[in-house]
Amino acid sequence: MVKAEAVHKSFGRLEVLRGIDLEVNPKEVMCIIGPSGSGKSTFLRCINHLEKIDAGRLSVDGELVGYRDRGDKLYELPDSEVCKKRSEIGMVFQSFNLFPHMTALENIIEAPMLVKKESRATAEARARRLLDRVGLADKVDAYPKQLSGGQQQRVAIARALAMEPKLMLFDEPTSALDPELVGDVLDAMRGLAEEGMTMVVVTHEMGFAREVGDSLVFMDAGIIVEAGNPREVLSNPRRERTKAFLSKVL
Amino acid sequence: MLLLAFAGIYTVVTAPLLHWETFWQFLFQRLILDGVRLTLVLTVAAMVIGITLGVVLAVMRLSPNPVMSAVSWFYIWFFRGTPVLVQIFFWFNVAIILPYVGVGIPFTHFGISVSTNVLIPAVVAAIFGLGFNEAAYMAEIVRAGIISVEHGQTEAAQALGMTRLQVMRRIVLPQAMRVIIPPTGNETISMLKTTSLAFVASVPELFTRADQIANSNFRYVELLFVASFWYLLMTSILTVGQFYMERYYARGAQRELTPTPFQRLRRLLFTFHVPGPT
Repeated sequence: MVKAEAVHKSFGRLEVLRGIDLEVNPKEVMCIIGPSGSGKSTFLRCINHLEKIDAGRLSVDGELVGYRDRGDKLYELPDSEVCKKRSEIGMVFQSFNLFPHMTALENIIEAPMLVKKESRATAEARARRLLDRVGLADKVDAYPKQLSGGQQQRVAIARALAMEPKLMLFDEPTSALDPELVGDVLDAMRGLAEEGMTMVVVTHEMGFAREVGDSLVFMDAGIIVEAGNPREVLSNPRRERTKAFLSKVL
Repeated sequence: MLLLAFAGIYTVVTAPLLHWETFWQFLFQRLILDGVRLTLVLTVAAMVIGITLGVVLAVMRLSPNPVMSAVSWFYIWFFRGTPVLVQIFFWFNVAIILPYVGVGIPFTHFGISVSTNVLIPAVVAAIFGLGFNEAAYMAEIVRAGIISVEHGQTEAAQALGMTRLQVMRRIVLPQAMRVIIPPTGNETISMLKTTSLAFVASVPELFTRADQIANSNFRYVELLFVASFWYLLMTSILTVGQFYMERYYARGAQRELTPTPFQRLRRLLFTFHVPGPT
């Protein structure tokens, strides 16, 4: 589903990604862990072209993201085509980023109506179903400010799912939440994984990575240090760097 | 302070040389009322041009396309850098530069052309001058509003597949409105009074009318009072309008809507404060 080959990315002189190679299979849940500044969030944002990559190739579902292949050169796609590709990839942010001037329902139906030109009735029916699924059926008309962090994040998940994406990206979805609210959000994500959604999750929740993840990637300083089965990597890290990191967070 | 204010009002009201009858005589006079109407037309038309063009310029200024951004920068630089009085005068006299405006087939005599003076009468010249100047200021106000919206909003909308224009129209601008409206209210009130500059083009708006009447009866101060009365009344109405606009765009930003002055008054009058335990 996602294929990265030698992906490089720099911000000015700072090289954030120094050659990332990985592959995510359909229905796989991949968790990416690592210290802050390791480039894991940047990599996630490259997958839906919120960040441009400087070198390498990155494709989703067999198609390059944000670029067109012509011979040996890559050309950046126009805005409209990048948007089409992005609409197939859902993303959930650390800071929720719900639209504050819209109710929960309006947040969810906005993109299906605007991007997929769905009728209001169709979009609303699905939105209500999704809100019900994340346990927020009674918050249809609430504005984001009136919701707790955990509730906001679950609305954000419903909003991303409303586009019926093939792939879901999670950028530290629980890092901004109070500890007692983390569980609800993780439950919603677990449900999604069980239904067979392909997911790439940047997280600090080692418990979630161990139980739900099919694979685990440990990144540091812009490269993948270690990757493999989550249980193995977490309990028997082979690299010193991984051991040092895990000893601090576990 | 209050005493000083009363003293001031008393002095004005009882000034022996002020002819209050003239004030009352002309306050609702037809020529003055026509002037009021034209002042409103000028204000609305100039603000519509200013806001519409201002939004376009602001979006262009923030565009990743360097040509768009440069054009917008140049426009703002030019129209903000020259006096609005000069701009009104320019449009009034544009016929000197461009006597005819027309469409035709090049290198032939076929086509139609209209005298610029017919195409741009004084009122339109005033609207152009005021509106195009206003657009430069509105562009900066709108730009400030757009910048004030958190970048995460744009990213979330883009991640859902919205195009740049959709993000701007549906997500960023509605949130920017909270920041844009107060200075826009300011601009509208300022515009209402700036329309009086249209008198250089002999546009018969409120100030021109008052001035013309005063020229015939020499009651300058009285007629300036008449004009001021109407300007004050109109700005007061605009202030109320601004309050309700701000209230509308605050939804979602506050948990509760700001109470209107009436609601506040009602609460003050009909709420009994029971002294609680201290």
